[in-house]
Amino acid sequence: MSTDVAVLGVGMHPWGKWGRPFTTYGVHAARAALADADVAWTDVDLVVGGETVRNGYGGYVAGATFAQALGWNGARVATSYAACATGAQAIDTARARILAGLCEVALVVGADTTPKGFLAPNAGERWDDPDWLRFRLLGMTNPAYFAMYARRRMDLHGATSEDFAAVKVKNARHGLANPNARYRKEVSAEDVLTSAVVSDPLHLLDICATSDGAAAVVLTSVDYARRHGIAAPVRVRAVSTVTPTFPNTVLDMPNLSTDSSAVAGVPERTFKQSIAHAAYEEAGIGPEDVSLAEVYDLSTALELDWMEDIGLCKPGEAEAMLRAGDTTIGGRVPVNPSGGLACFGEAVPAQAIAQVCEVTWQLRGQATGRQVEGARVGITANQGLFGHGSSVLLST
Amino acid sequence: MTATPATPAIEGWFTTGAAAALVGARCTTCTTVFFPRSSSGAGPDGHGFCRNPACAGEEFEDVELSRRGRVWSYTDAQYQPPPPYLAPGSPGDAYEPFALAAVELPEGLVVLGQVAQGYGVRDLHVGAEVELVVETLYADETGDRTIWRWKPVVELGEEADQ
Repeated sequence: MSTDVAVLGVGMHPWGKWGRPFTTYGVHAARAALADADVAWTDVDLVVGGETVRNGYGGYVAGATFAQALGWNGARVATSYAACATGAQAIDTARARILAGLCEVALVVGADTTPKGFLAPNAGERWDDPDWLRFRLLGMTNPAYFAMYARRRMDLHGATSEDFAAVKVKNARHGLANPNARYRKEVSAEDVLTSAVVSDPLHLLDICATSDGAAAVVLTSVDYARRHGIAAPVRVRAVSTVTPTFPNTVLDMPNLSTDSSAVAGVPERTFKQSIAHAAYEEAGIGPEDVSLAEVYDLSTALELDWMEDIGLCKPGEAEAMLRAGDTTIGGRVPVNPSGGLACFGEAVPAQAIAQVCEVTWQLRGQATGRQVEGARVGITANQGLFGHGSSVLLST
Repeated sequence: MTATPATPAIEGWFTTGAAAALVGARCTTCTTVFFPRSSSGAGPDGHGFCRNPACAGEEFEDVELSRRGRVWSYTDAQYQPPPPYLAPGSPGDAYEPFALAAVELPEGLVVLGQVAQGYGVRDLHVGAEVELVVETLYADETGDRTIWRWKPVVELGEEADQ
């Protein structure tokens, strides 16, 4: 049995700090995706929203909020929350219902507005919440976790601050022509290295900003796409939403410690390695087939970790691959041809959907100004708080 | 200043005194050690659910974790973290950056912590040995509140430079 679904339409609202309600962004992206698919909203029979946690009640029931804004059409509805993996879980929900034959045309929407500065936990005294405790007891911010990974790369693999800056320079160049990117200007290595250090060794320009933004996809059965006149749509070949396997031995936000491996032993793969692995296994496609990857570059150094975790190279080899230009557009396997979070900033429930939008444009040959020539297979990867991971594998 | 005794910023996570140590929860069925105790796993009252998927244990006993470990990684906080972080000192004091370390203990787990006062990232490297100390984190109406911190173990001979 085929487990493919068709990506019939994709759309975004440009990332930025626009100061409007998240619903505005979501509806904009949804209408763009529906227009791209040439599907009427009234023909959608499932709407799935990525939950927008920090922005009030409407955000907690995002599926219905978008459906009401588009005009109630009687569709089935679902809302998904999985921190940074929210969008992929929303896609997974839509895909599962399509494959089960319970719906044919699903609209998946994620949108967010974000506050300035560090992301912080919810207010109140919450002594049993690790996300609250890490701030109160340690002052451990998100960039501090990214910096731990970065510093470990330096001490173990000989990565340098110049390598990290080179990731930013590359992604900034990739995003220059992307109309949905928030930052569209060249950045030099010197710009990165002379920006303030936030958490050693990471500079301000090594760390992604928070943004407003939205992304949407229209997913359908392959049969519906064919009847709709699209004989060879871009297809979702796999969606991985795996949890870690005990013991989770790599320090992970927002936890204060790892599991102990003393009794259970070290698992075959780390959590991040297992995320893309599950997608490859499900699709019967390997990392050697990948034409491009969109990975969660919350920091420049984290992109190097992901290159290894999704199998583009062996552990410790990402710097060599970067220095050889293999991950630049025109190189062997471009990473973050969209410009990545370096150019977008992060809009949590939209990001994993935006990654799928970019891969779709790339596989259709529509990524003007940043096209990866001959792209056939694309993979996305990200990780969210509390053991959420996601990877989506798409092909022509 | 009053002579109010210092108390831990969180109850039951570490001992104080000369040989202060983190307090882990050991599953009495499979012996896996967890830190910290939490409502979703090894509970504060000695009960809970063992997070080892091969174990159905629900009873835990306190165990003091090793006081020394090796640095898994480290960084610092050059900007003041947002609340609920409480800066030490009095309101209006200039923000003092502090260092953080993730430390691998012989019990097979990595535990985060701030780095002891007077030490920074330049004193650390992956694999370096550190030792647990208890220091003041902040003060509130009850007096000083303490936290565990990781202090670099200075090898014999290295102190001659100072």
